[in-house]
Amino acid sequence: MKPKIITAREAAALIPSGSRVMFGGFIGCGAAHAIIKALDETDVENIEGVFDDGSIVNGPDGSPYYAWARLIHSGKIKKYIGTHVGSNPDASERWARGELELELVPQGSLAEMIRAGGMGIPGILTPTGIGTLVEESPWVDRKLEIGGKDYLLMKPLRADFALISGYKVDKRGNIWYKGTTRNFSPLMAMAADTVIVEAEHLVEVGEIEPENVVTPGILVDYIVVREEDYHG
Amino acid sequence: MDKQRAKDIIACRCAQELKDGYVVNLGIGIPTQCARFFPEGIDIVLHAELGLVGQGPAPTPEQADRMHLVDASGNAATMIPGAVIVDSATNFGLIRGGHVDACVLGALEADAEGSFGNWLIPGKKMTGMGGAMDLVNGAKTVILAMIHTQGGKSKIVEKCTLPLTGCRVVDMIVTELAVMVVTPEGLVLTEYNPELGDRDTAVRIICENTDAKLQISGALKPMKLPPVE
Repeated sequence: MKPKIITAREAAALIPSGSRVMFGGFIGCGAAHAIIKALDETDVENIEGVFDDGSIVNGPDGSPYYAWARLIHSGKIKKYIGTHVGSNPDASERWARGELELELVPQGSLAEMIRAGGMGIPGILTPTGIGTLVEESPWVDRKLEIGGKDYLLMKPLRADFALISGYKVDKRGNIWYKGTTRNFSPLMAMAADTVIVEAEHLVEVGEIEPENVVTPGILVDYIVVREEDYHG
Repeated sequence: MDKQRAKDIIACRCAQELKDGYVVNLGIGIPTQCARFFPEGIDIVLHAELGLVGQGPAPTPEQADRMHLVDASGNAATMIPGAVIVDSATNFGLIRGGHVDACVLGALEADAEGSFGNWLIPGKKMTGMGGAMDLVNGAKTVILAMIHTQGGKSKIVEKCTLPLTGCRVVDMIVTELAVMVVTPEGLVLTEYNPELGDRDTAVRIICENTDAKLQISGALKPMKLPPVE
């Protein structure tokens, strides 16, 4: 079915309190900025957020807290599953005060856990994290020895929603990403029950050549077109 | 020693380990500065954690597009001709799969077994491991770039007390005082900073500032330093 085109506010209203939400982006680059801003204006709470890092303050879009850092700051995200908070002092301070729960795993493991979640693979084996605190993570199923070497079996990761953005999105939801905005988004689009993409530019079908589509539109449920006058 | 001078010495010495054709990942902080000291005339492909293979020099203000093209620290970036963008799973496949020749990383503490920590000080500071744990398991050569001491205390210890980023993964430790390589028998001092004095004086100062036992290499030599700016 073709994705439905809705507003950022309508997209935000789809997300109930307590949802697990994946946010595409890396240090905010490639985030669904307008949807996140709209979500922050709702009274949603207890969001379990899956994203790479804590993002930053003073975003290039003019936001005081860039991308999901906004939702960490407003306390809407109560648990963060990801890899790093060092770039956002607000996030690490909230953790220290007990206001933000953290489940941190290595970045490559996070990518593979989401990939597994989206591709019907019941776990992934990696040498990363052996001999570290990661061995005690709730995301480790068990430790396995293969060929005399130790590996961690990491659980797959799925979410209720994925909020991603694309530079060009056609009316079937096919996505092309610009620059470094791609990062986790193609993986998250596979691993969530409901996928909402924020289009910087909504284009006609065919404008992105089939060979250049990165995320297939069949994965996308809703498209939000980012307003030209959007600012953080 | 002046702090900026110390960082330049470390970055410059790390850069000398990088060879023509290498794919290299540079961590944040001092490692990023290595790019200023790449040896002339060699081709190095810079790999960044967010899926950029072929990162270029910092952009001019006109080129900068922080909404769409950033480095792994979130600063505006550029791409060299021939650069490639991949998703995070493919990107960490490049790392874990051994397709990155070297990584240079910072550390809070490193030890004689080649283990180190840089992501958590329990009860004090949480940074998170980010991509570092994959890098140190996957990159063919792991180089630590770090200031030798903190508040007069050695950051090079016999056995780490901080939570580890990698367990027995480090090949070489470069500080503003010395270069040490990790061997099955422990740390071997291979180079000293000649600004510390003659060979014997330098070795004495390095040993005084190092908690880990150091063996002195038979081929011990002075570090090649960057010119004083």
